[in-house]
Amino acid sequence: MMDLRELYQDIILDHGRHPRNFRALEHPTHLARGHNPLCGDRVTIYLALDGERIADVSFDGRGCAISTAAASLMTEVLKGKTVAEARALFARFHAAVTGGDEVPVPEDLADDAERLAPLTGVKAYPVRVKCATLPWHAFEAALKGGGETVKTE
Amino acid sequence: MSGLDPRALRREFPIYDRNPGLVFLDSGASAQKPRAVIDGIAEFYRSDYANVHRGVYQLSARSTDLFEAAREAVRAYLNAADEREIVFVRGATEAINLVAQSWGAALREGDEVVVSDLEHHSNLVPWQMACRRAGARLVVAPTDETGEFDLAAFAALLTPRTRMVALAHISNVTGAILPVEAVTRLAHDAGALVLLDGCQAAPRIPVDVRAIGCDFYVFSGHKCYGPTGTGVLYGRYAALAAMPPWQTGGGMITHVAYDGTEFQEPPHRFEAGTPDIAGAVGLAKALGFVEALGRDRIRAHEEALTGYGVDALSRIPGLDLVGGGQRRLSILSFNLDGVHPHDVGTVLDRHGVAVRVGHHCAQPLMDKLGVAGTVRASLGVYNDETDIDRLAAAVEACREMFSR
Repeated sequence: MMDLRELYQDIILDHGRHPRNFRALEHPTHLARGHNPLCGDRVTIYLALDGERIADVSFDGRGCAISTAAASLMTEVLKGKTVAEARALFARFHAAVTGGDEVPVPEDLADDAERLAPLTGVKAYPVRVKCATLPWHAFEAALKGGGETVKTE
Repeated sequence: MSGLDPRALRREFPIYDRNPGLVFLDSGASAQKPRAVIDGIAEFYRSDYANVHRGVYQLSARSTDLFEAAREAVRAYLNAADEREIVFVRGATEAINLVAQSWGAALREGDEVVVSDLEHHSNLVPWQMACRRAGARLVVAPTDETGEFDLAAFAALLTPRTRMVALAHISNVTGAILPVEAVTRLAHDAGALVLLDGCQAAPRIPVDVRAIGCDFYVFSGHKCYGPTGTGVLYGRYAALAAMPPWQTGGGMITHVAYDGTEFQEPPHRFEAGTPDIAGAVGLAKALGFVEALGRDRIRAHEEALTGYGVDALSRIPGLDLVGGGQRRLSILSFNLDGVHPHDVGTVLDRHGVAVRVGHHCAQPLMDKLGVAGTVRASLGVYNDETDIDRLAAAVEACREMFSR
């Protein structure tokens, strides 16, 4: 049995309880909602793009410790990144939490990738993987625009 | 009346052999299957299987006899007057959709259908759709602040335009038992029909549809220790006979020509196509299993265990038991302060405790309660105090982990 502490590490519990960037942006350039019909969790991602750079990113909604921490950590690492860098981090993160082959990121993103590493414990809990990826999928949807709600199911 | 012996009963459920240490507290979603059901279905396929109501050969006659004997077993289980009042369906969801579409075709603009605010989506959405088609109005009867169905408020909602009252017998979220006899009297006085969703009631309390007086009663076989894909629609014969066919095809006709078709009388009118024959046989085995234990004894056992569970969970700081008032049976829904139900579910799973978490297909009730979801432990005949103790210990461990 995998230790539950591998999943619920201190940093996850901390971000789950005290999420960073938990607010609506007043003037987002992009916005998308994520919804997990299985548990009813909802997240809204707000983006303020300045050209190709993420000037600000935030979220609100309600969710479990995993999805809240995932959204919180995501907003922390994404702020100030370019869209291309953000997508590279998502690709690596997605592979890590779904148990896929490791996706390399450029050297200057290594620290950010490391910031997200505590969430990879979720790969041992298949039914919870979607909790960790939901905010990222909503972020991706926000970039693409269209205003549709992203669903996990 | 001696009590149940869950420890001994577990030997009848092979799932416990294959999953040692399992604490299964999700019978409200689906019950485990006793050997009598598993073996009974296999034995039927080995010895007696053929299509029903078709062949002139002996094997088909034997299969038909067993299928119709299953119908009689369901009739007896519900104390219906006549086995023609029992329609086999895939589950309670299909039963309600059948009534909402067939009977519901007679709904007219301005008619009203009453449901309660604790219904499972399966006893809400079909009525919502039927009302939308007809231009009828869906009226929601409230539960009070303790989670009890508010009979006075319900009575005040009945009007000359009320055509149907569709209610759960026992709530799948709170375990509240609804006053179905009183509801039925009031509804009938107003000229409305009554459909009861017996999914949570049928496995654990005696159900007498004639004593209740309801027009329709539905339940799912799989929650009653029977196979998945089986379910029952009981309909008062006159009510069924007045309803048009729902699905059409083989087995439900008396004469077919290109210029028109004549349909069978109930129940066959509502059973188009080859039915789940082995499923019906398995369901009869399951009802036999429940009857051998006795629903009075099952109710007494689960009442005592529910009370034990309420006490055990109430001692945990920060735990909030949801609704159900004093008449809660077999279902313990709760939230742990500051911890999302899904996180509780994961921790409990790692402690070997299987519970359901989420909205329990009752989103409007979750909205009313102001919660995203709940953790729900639900009981079956194989559960005893040790399961509750393991649950409480796992919840306590969860609380400690999340308060560190």
